[in-house]
Amino acid sequence: MDKQRQNGLNFFGPSFPWAIGPTKESEMQAVSHADDHQGTRRDFIYYATAGAGVVATGAAVWPLVNQMNPSADVLALASIRVDISAVAPGTQLTVLWQGKPVFIRSRTEEEIAAARAVDVSELPDQGAENENLLGEEDASDENRALSEDGTWLVQMGICTHLGCVPLGEQGDFGGWFCPCHGSHYDTAGRIRKGPAPRNLLVPVASFVDETTIQLG
Amino acid sequence: MSGIPHDHYEPKTGIEKWLHTRLPIVGLVYDTLMLPTPKNLNWMWIWGIVLAFTLVLQIATGIVLVMHYTPHVDLAFASVEHIMRDVNGGHMIRYFHANGASLFFVAVYLHMFRGLYYGSYKAPREVTWIIGMLMYLMMMGTAFMGYVLPWGQMSFHGTAVITGLFGAIPFIGESIQTWLLGASAVGQPALNRFFSLHYLLPFVLLGLTIVHVWAFHTTGNNNPTGVEVRRTSKEDAAKDTLPFWPYFVIKDLFALAIVLAVFMAIVGFMPNYLGHPDNYVPANPLATPSHIVPEWYFLPFYAILRAFTADVWIVQLVNFVSFGIIDAKFFGVLAMFGAIAVMALAPWLDTSSVRSGRYRPMFKWWFALLAFDFMVLMWVGAMPTDGIYPYISLIAATYWFGYFLVLLPLLGVIEKPLPQPATIEDDFNAHYAPKAGADASANSAE
Amino acid sequence: MFRKLTLTAATALALTTGQAIAESETHVHDYDFSFEGPFGSYDQMQLQRGLQIYTEVCSSCHGLEYVAFRTLHDEGGPALPEDQMRAYAEFYEVYDPEVDDYRLATPADKFPAVTSANAPDLSLMAKSRAGFHGPLGTGINQFVKGMGGAEYIASIIAGYEEAPDCAPEDFDGYYNVAFASGGYPDSCIDDHGHNMVPGSWIGMAQPLWGDDVEFADGHSTDIHHEAQDVAAFLMWTAEPKMMARKQAGLSGVILLILLSVLLYLTNKRLWAPHKHKD
Repeated sequence: MDKQRQNGLNFFGPSFPWAIGPTKESEMQAVSHADDHQGTRRDFIYYATAGAGVVATGAAVWPLVNQMNPSADVLALASIRVDISAVAPGTQLTVLWQGKPVFIRSRTEEEIAAARAVDVSELPDQGAENENLLGEEDASDENRALSEDGTWLVQMGICTHLGCVPLGEQGDFGGWFCPCHGSHYDTAGRIRKGPAPRNLLVPVASFVDETTIQLG
Repeated sequence: MSGIPHDHYEPKTGIEKWLHTRLPIVGLVYDTLMLPTPKNLNWMWIWGIVLAFTLVLQIATGIVLVMHYTPHVDLAFASVEHIMRDVNGGHMIRYFHANGASLFFVAVYLHMFRGLYYGSYKAPREVTWIIGMLMYLMMMGTAFMGYVLPWGQMSFHGTAVITGLFGAIPFIGESIQTWLLGASAVGQPALNRFFSLHYLLPFVLLGLTIVHVWAFHTTGNNNPTGVEVRRTSKEDAAKDTLPFWPYFVIKDLFALAIVLAVFMAIVGFMPNYLGHPDNYVPANPLATPSHIVPEWYFLPFYAILRAFTADVWIVQLVNFVSFGIIDAKFFGVLAMFGAIAVMALAPWLDTSSVRSGRYRPMFKWWFALLAFDFMVLMWVGAMPTDGIYPYISLIAATYWFGYFLVLLPLLGVIEKPLPQPATIEDDFNAHYAPKAGADASANSAE
Repeated sequence: MFRKLTLTAATALALTTGQAIAESETHVHDYDFSFEGPFGSYDQMQLQRGLQIYTEVCSSCHGLEYVAFRTLHDEGGPALPEDQMRAYAEFYEVYDPEVDDYRLATPADKFPAVTSANAPDLSLMAKSRAGFHGPLGTGINQFVKGMGGAEYIASIIAGYEEAPDCAPEDFDGYYNVAFASGGYPDSCIDDHGHNMVPGSWIGMAQPLWGDDVEFADGHSTDIHHEAQDVAAFLMWTAEPKMMARKQAGLSGVILLILLSVLLYLTNKRLWAPHKHKD
């Protein structure tokens, strides 16, 4: 018996590591003469079995968890292509993407000039709020527009205050105005006045070709 | 608590005592796991664990499938295809669920026939047996309603046929059928309620499982000898038994792993083998499939349903005696439910004083014939209703009733049983000789 | 929906009146497909050829309403390059309820549903037909050869033959040796009620005659090869996850066998002292 204890073996049953309850005399006898040379091998089998059992259980449970992740048809809609060939300067195309409105605006020269004239340090939210950029870029117009020349501005049509959809070409700054609680955004979609805390979010977007924008 | 004497849970530490006086749950788990189990159980005693596992499998995969399924006549079929094509791993989950029903019935039939051979239904285990029969009925109901949900051609027309069975009941049949369907025909109301019940019944089944286990934990397991465990003292009982954990848990898990390997091969390589191709055609009320066949597990009883046609003399007799109330159609329905009822009555129909078929020389052969009869019924249930098949199903159905209603009562009287071992320990030692004759492990049937 | 139902009703009537519907003996040829057996997989080039035949021939009548264009790009399927798949989708117009009009299809859309009457959707055709049954319907053949849905489709396409002499000249439909549940003229049933010729008369005119398409890979376009290519493609539309399924099945079986062996050893050691086998 002492030897088994030294080996770290449970002396319940034939060295079965997970035995519960009292041991029977007969078993202890059976163990005492049999386990001396076989103990380690037995333990290995027991632990290997338990390990394989855990792996099998995990393999069975994982699909039940994974099925709750977005399915292939949902993922297919996570990225859509928008034809912008019909969007004239000074107009805006609103598309529904993943259940949310996206504003795609072709800005006029005046709008771009107005947006670029603003001093970033005077803005309530000085971050670019642009998912296409990596770091903490400032809210300059160049950091928010999709195209180099500043013509195309793509942003989520969701007020950062409480999620209403802002109206275009309205408000004190000629950009967007949220009718719910009176937030004013400028022509680069930056919050200028009102309760909204942040600039309109610029989603992941890119040009596929000159007349097609891919969202997501 | 009655039952086989054994050590019970004794709370040792302070926190164990604290919990035990408030909620003796650890004790319940302990006593359940440490149940003294006859140590001579053979490999036919594994199906209970397989069944318990399958119930959990079906509930787990079912709950997951519901997250993507839409119970609507216009959307159900498409939502199943959505599961098969778009949901992550959805095709595997659905195939597991669909084939899980077959695994369930394979296991339950083996489990039932094991009980019939070893006399597990006999006193004092009648309640276990009756609850088991209730569970079997509930399984059939659940499986049937689940088959409706994909809303394919077989779903639709199978529902029409099965609910039509209730329509055969005289006078009130049509009202019952309308009540079941919520309309005069299969449609949206039927789909919605079957979905609801298909989700509910497995949990009732789970509850009945607990009662079933409770019942046989009270009486103790039967075993291949049919001889009871000695209850004279804890020491005597210990000679006949070993605790359920770990001995039988590991043994059952080993068997389960093998069963699941076969199951996995079917799901992975031929998942539609047991299904019907017509169920991949969306339900169309205007076109009936040329050959409506129930799922394989219903076939034996479906065969009995069809066996009693209007030209069988007993059907004509019953029809005449009942002034035409019981016509052939209703007779068939009665026969089908009767076939299950006589099985449920086995504890009172069997007059033999000996429990296990092992020691009943005549019974053995009649039982083998019953098992064969069951296979014949399953086969003939899928056959057309012309040619020689009606005769085969009539003979097979007659034997089914003959076995329970005539042979079981009769054999107990005329049969001379073989000598039984005095104790389970004797039986076990006959297979695994005690230490004295160390090399006498000759008959290692297990 | 209602229009669809009335059309189907008309079809059902047309099918049930006139001739007796006979279950005849049929000739389903056991074609060899690359996806058979536990290790079989789809042949990407064959699926692409099948897609081409579907597009150029079948799609004029039949839809694939459960198949999304994006899946043509999936691994294990035809695996068209993404730009080709996008271009392919734009061949089709789909109805968009949001704009209440038709627009060009995108990868997220599905093939349009059936447009012509009495042309069943083909998405699941390969799973909704069992080519093999076996003696007395025991399903033994299914066990050995599979369901045979793809074999059935290929056999139907290649199964058109000259109508036998016993049939009247003006009998409805087209004689096909692989089709079981079509019309059958009474004049081809002998005195014992047995059918004298295999197959039956199908409503669909012979769709492929050989050399109907030209394959970029120069593959043979005789009728049997075309039939197999399109059948393989329809097997994929019916069971797009077959490769993933077989892979999961194989891993699962191996893991469970390993677990069985370990549990066997555990069980043996656990019981050894009680079975006195030490």
